[in-house]
Amino acid sequence: MALPKLAVYKFASCDGCQLSILDVEDLLLDIASVVHIANFPEASREVVEGPYDLTLVEGSITTPHDAERIHEIRRQSKYLVTIGACATAGGIQALKNWKDTDLFMRTVYAHPEYLETLETSTPIKNHVEVNFELRGCPVDKMALVEVVAAFVQGRRPNIPEYSVCVECKRRGTPCVMVGHGTPCLGPVTQAGCGALCPSYNRGCYGCFGPMESPNTEMLAAAWQRLGVNHRGLVDAFRGFNAYAEPFRITSDHHEALAVAKGE
Amino acid sequence: MSEMYVSGQSGVGRLIQALAERGHRVIGPIVRNEALVYDEIKGVEDLPKGWTDLQEPGRYRLEQRGDEKLFGFVVGPTSWKQYLNPPETVLWSGVISPEGFVTDPAPEPPKYAFFGVRPCEVAALGVLDKVYSTSNGLPSMAGYTAIREQAFIVAVNCVEPGGNCFCVSMDTGPTAEAGYDIAITEIVHNGNMRYLIEAGTPAGAEVLGDMGNLEEPSEAEIEARDFFLTEAAANMGKTLEVDDLPELLKGNARNPRWESIADRCLACANCTMVCPTCFCNTVDDNLSLDGTHATRTRKWDSCFTLGFSYMHGLPMREGVGARYRQWITHKLATWVDQFDEMGCVGCGRCITWCPVGIDITHEAGAIRRADLRDTPIGIGGFA
Ligand code: SF4
Ligand code: SF4
Ligand code: SF4
Ligand code: SF4
Repeated sequence: MALPKLAVYKFASCDGCQLSILDVEDLLLDIASVVHIANFPEASREVVEGPYDLTLVEGSITTPHDAERIHEIRRQSKYLVTIGACATAGGIQALKNWKDTDLFMRTVYAHPEYLETLETSTPIKNHVEVNFELRGCPVDKMALVEVVAAFVQGRRPNIPEYSVCVECKRRGTPCVMVGHGTPCLGPVTQAGCGALCPSYNRGCYGCFGPMESPNTEMLAAAWQRLGVNHRGLVDAFRGFNAYAEPFRITSDHHEALAVAKGE
Repeated sequence: MSEMYVSGQSGVGRLIQALAERGHRVIGPIVRNEALVYDEIKGVEDLPKGWTDLQEPGRYRLEQRGDEKLFGFVVGPTSWKQYLNPPETVLWSGVISPEGFVTDPAPEPPKYAFFGVRPCEVAALGVLDKVYSTSNGLPSMAGYTAIREQAFIVAVNCVEPGGNCFCVSMDTGPTAEAGYDIAITEIVHNGNMRYLIEAGTPAGAEVLGDMGNLEEPSEAEIEARDFFLTEAAANMGKTLEVDDLPELLKGNARNPRWESIADRCLACANCTMVCPTCFCNTVDDNLSLDGTHATRTRKWDSCFTLGFSYMHGLPMREGVGARYRQWITHKLATWVDQFDEMGCVGCGRCITWCPVGIDITHEAGAIRRADLRDTPIGIGGFA
């Protein structure tokens, strides 16, 4: 029986998530034994025509050309999984959604007339139907293996949607927010990294985006009690997942308050 | 009461040694990341001499006491359940081979000595025993009994309760009454650090007997011990009114207070993770890419996650108010139906380690003040 065909596509992104696939080392051979790596330019020159059974999409939509291209990829893909903060939330480049794109173009490029770009950076799900989203900046490489294994075995990927705090406590890290007064996004952020930053005495940066039921406003209030002002809250929620709705609403709210207070 | 002995700090060290010599891995309080956590200790010098913990709702700080106390603090973010039911346990793993399905050898259960178990925690071990051992005639949870039966318990009575402690309300402290092999009370007497030591089981008596060189306490020392423990009972950081509490909570399923808690609660699950008695687990099955190697892993779970109540395609407790209500009602009400006691021992961890400082004693009190049992809105099921 022919192996299911795997494709990997890149949109606006840093390549870090795709690299995580190569970073699984020995397991890469196992992946290659259960799927046919049919279209993965970063790994192999061989490109086999679609359609594909499993397509991994990295990156966000920032150009009219990409906004077209993703539809063709969707048509070619039986099962489409977005990987990383860019593909699932628009990425760090979604910060441009709050700014004037024309101004950037005029400032950075000598001949902006050669460029074609959109005003926004948006996640893939805003353009086509997505079957599964794997979060993270970057994604966790073992989670990628789990997504491929789940696909091959015909089951749902076992990826948690609860808070980073659950992983933090399982790991046995004393809470930096309660114990040191260090602001942490862990309570509103989806697990997946193993609560890495708190284990190094840092607050969570929110790389995995909003958890299943994020109470961002109440966490923001707790940060304010720790001395963070509205401007600081805007900066915290406008990270790699700035354009994910719960983070976006909270940063917009505090931006309005920061402006009103002259922060 | 069994015979009481007394020693200085060297006696505490000798006790740690004696347990290690008997093949126990001794686990006790140490300082890590600015908190007191339970981890392996090799001797008395590993104990957090001179440290204390300041605890408020949502806030914890370590401070130097300016004295020599080895146990001048209460409980931190870890609890003994971490050793009895580790956060992640491989239940089994195995491979499909030509000989069929072959499981990997299971590791030997570790033989621990828990050193510095607070009276509320001794009570929590009893609560966990009921849940995981043989309660309701069910088989015990895989791996639990093997670890639990070998564990040697050294309790430390509390002469200085913490800011969020309410063991007196739950009748679990500040003096351990049973459930320990050896109990220690640390007092300062005539300017000296004194440790009053007693055995609670024959195993404890045997260890003390082997140690030798333990003195008999003076009457004044015993009086001082009793005085400090009585004082401690009068100085609890918090109180919880337990009278009629199970009926109160079960009868207020539709109280609007749950929605006010939902506004504040992050559903982060910290409260259930730090609770020494919360027992919920989830089980993950993992199959290698080629489908030949399988692993079944048990992990701590919490009723604050959406997945916890996921059935027939959707979560039964979508709202955070319903999830908080589940937590507090289980701890203080329906646990009694299941196990004939409450699931809370009054350690205060859930109050301290809640990032937004939600306080179980305060919320139970708020429901009591807004009791709606006599109005049509309060009654009804767990909608
Ligand atoms: S350190 Fe952050 S992630 Fe860990 S428990 Fe505290 S708030 Fe949650
Ligand atoms: S419910 Fe809170 S106070 Fe009660 S035992 Fe659990 S953590 Fe301790
Ligand atoms: S309160 Fe929640 S996590 Fe704790 S034992 Fe009950 S259902 Fe489980
Ligand atoms: S009560 Fe506190 S610790 Fe528990 S889930 Fe809510 S916010 Fe988290």
